[in-house]
Amino acid sequence: MNIFERFVAGWRKYRKPGYYDDFDYHWTMTIDLDRCTGCSACVTACQAENNIPIVGEKELARGREMQWIRIERYWEGEYPNAKLNFIPMLCQHCDAAPCETVCPVSATYHNQDGLNAQVYNRCIGTRSCAVYCPYEVRYFNYYNHHWPTPLEQQLNPDVTVREKGVMEKCTFCIQRIRQAKDHAKDDGGRRVRDGEVQPACVQSCPTEALTFGDRDDPESKVAEKMRDPRAYRVLEDLNTDPSIVYLKKA
Amino acid sequence: MSTEDRSMRFADVNDDVVRSLVVTGRKYYITLACAIAVTLLCFFFPWFYQLYYGIGAAGMNHPTVWGTYLASFIFWIGLSHSGTLLSCVLHITNSEWRKAMYRSAEAMTLFSLMVAAMMVMVHVGRPWFIHWALPYPNQMEMWPNFRSPLLFDVMAIGTYLTGSLIFIYMGSIPDFAAVRDRTTGWRHHMYVLLSLGWRGTDTEWHRLGWAYTFLAVLIIPLAVSVHSIVSWDFAMSIVPGLHQTIFAPYFVVGAIYSGTAGIVTVMFVLRKYMNFEHYITKLHFDNLGKRLLVLALICTYIIVLELFTGLYIGTSTEYEQLKYKLTGFYAPLYWEMILFCAVAPLLLISKRFRTSFVPMLILSIAINIGMYTERFLIVSTTLSRQYLPETWRVYVPSLVEVSILVGSVAMFVTLFLLFVKIFPSVSIYEVKETMTQPARKRGHAEWQTT
Repeated sequence: MNIFERFVAGWRKYRKPGYYDDFDYHWTMTIDLDRCTGCSACVTACQAENNIPIVGEKELARGREMQWIRIERYWEGEYPNAKLNFIPMLCQHCDAAPCETVCPVSATYHNQDGLNAQVYNRCIGTRSCAVYCPYEVRYFNYYNHHWPTPLEQQLNPDVTVREKGVMEKCTFCIQRIRQAKDHAKDDGGRRVRDGEVQPACVQSCPTEALTFGDRDDPESKVAEKMRDPRAYRVLEDLNTDPSIVYLKKA
Repeated sequence: MSTEDRSMRFADVNDDVVRSLVVTGRKYYITLACAIAVTLLCFFFPWFYQLYYGIGAAGMNHPTVWGTYLASFIFWIGLSHSGTLLSCVLHITNSEWRKAMYRSAEAMTLFSLMVAAMMVMVHVGRPWFIHWALPYPNQMEMWPNFRSPLLFDVMAIGTYLTGSLIFIYMGSIPDFAAVRDRTTGWRHHMYVLLSLGWRGTDTEWHRLGWAYTFLAVLIIPLAVSVHSIVSWDFAMSIVPGLHQTIFAPYFVVGAIYSGTAGIVTVMFVLRKYMNFEHYITKLHFDNLGKRLLVLALICTYIIVLELFTGLYIGTSTEYEQLKYKLTGFYAPLYWEMILFCAVAPLLLISKRFRTSFVPMLILSIAINIGMYTERFLIVSTTLSRQYLPETWRVYVPSLVEVSILVGSVAMFVTLFLLFVKIFPSVSIYEVKETMTQPARKRGHAEWQTT
């Protein structure tokens, strides 16, 4: 391989998300909109799992609520024939994520599991990732948030409490994924089984509208659901290659 | 300085410039005190408040995470654009009229870049870690992200700031030497250091001229690249209304436009309050006015083109963006911008307007208000109307933001006031080049000057 070919190969590798030749897993979520009732159980579960602060009435009015997963509500048609639609919207973990390229300090990057990871300690708060994100799923800590006693007792010890000036977003409950991978490794170095790890939102969904798993495993529930003809991805024409697959409401 | 002005002698230039440095009136001190007070009160106090409590002190909200801080950043970078760039272009094209005004124009570049850098500090959430955006070897073994347009920005502005600083300093060395020989006390010591032992030999003049032209050629592409790169912060996103190829020329033209208007404002103030009536004349205002007119026309063309680009893209999001821009919440600001930046400058067609000082001052300030609005609109209209209608929300600046904007102007004024007392704000040696040579022999003065 001459120097030119080496350069081209290096360049191609550099262009790949996260610079990995292969992902260990390719975590994907499917959301069946037929099953979603808009009950917001996922929102609450996420809040509890990931130490998401309650910003309070005043901040909510200023449009600074924090919900890593939110239920978007859209009305269709006029009054007598009005129809209500829900779309749970969370970080799409795009494989070609616009937020990753723009961060000047690489605080957000693609990890070896195909996740769009956010390093809170590295974030300097330029907020450009939130501008570049077409799904508006990145939330900024405008203040230091406090949990009045005894609420601080229920903070999840596996998840950082973020300080002011830091961007945050859905991580697919990376703490659970890491734990599952560790268990699998200790258990004779096997791979994580389908259904062994679930983010909080998936776990709490009463109608099982949300499914989580490894897309690369053809046997997994997620891979099966992705083959559904109803499958689509939000704003796919932007070529962000999201990892969340929605199943259209019939 | 016009060559027709027979009453001026070489010695007068030295006298005038040294006087501007040494003789300080009461008015100056009062203005300086006011400027410093406003800077502290309106810039640093709210900023420290914001540092303590968090960015929440500003009015940004969920989809509109960028606000006036970023608009101010673009504005100051833009204002920086005409000084050094104008000076370089005019130096290379050998324009005589540049010589009286270029020093203060370059200072404007320098100070607005500094204020812009401060705006970045105000803008980011954790400015105490801002050094992570610089590529330096560190124990974390982390480089910044070289794919990020924001990082290009850090590099471009750093280079431009360094280049402009060297350019203005180098051009001032002979003047520092001239002042050094005319001052006493601490000023003398300061100018001894600043003039780097300049003696005015032929070799020194030759080297200065060579290096000066070299830097001028170097800085012109730099100035163009800086604002193109600032525009990429926006254009490289996929936000409807920002993702347009016209953005780089748009920002460069906008920058030169607001920068030229800024120079007109500064020239007016210098002329009026530093007694430089002999040096900054109607000719300068006339020429700057013509330049402004051309820039206004280009700017108008791009504003129209921007609308058409949105129209041609033809997606529903782009249509929504267009509709929102022209008729939505921020529409009054948009039409104000059109009035100040596209319609009002048409007055410059009249020579009488271009050569009257007060109307030019008013117009130049109006243009800069319009250009600030334009920068504000780029941030606010686009970010508050993106892809998912559920997230649409308007953004209104908070009191802290308005105060910091006022404070940043005061900071600029403070820096400029300090500048006029340290740097000879009119170039002594280059002004002399435009004047009639002094008569070498007695009695021949009439022959020389007629």
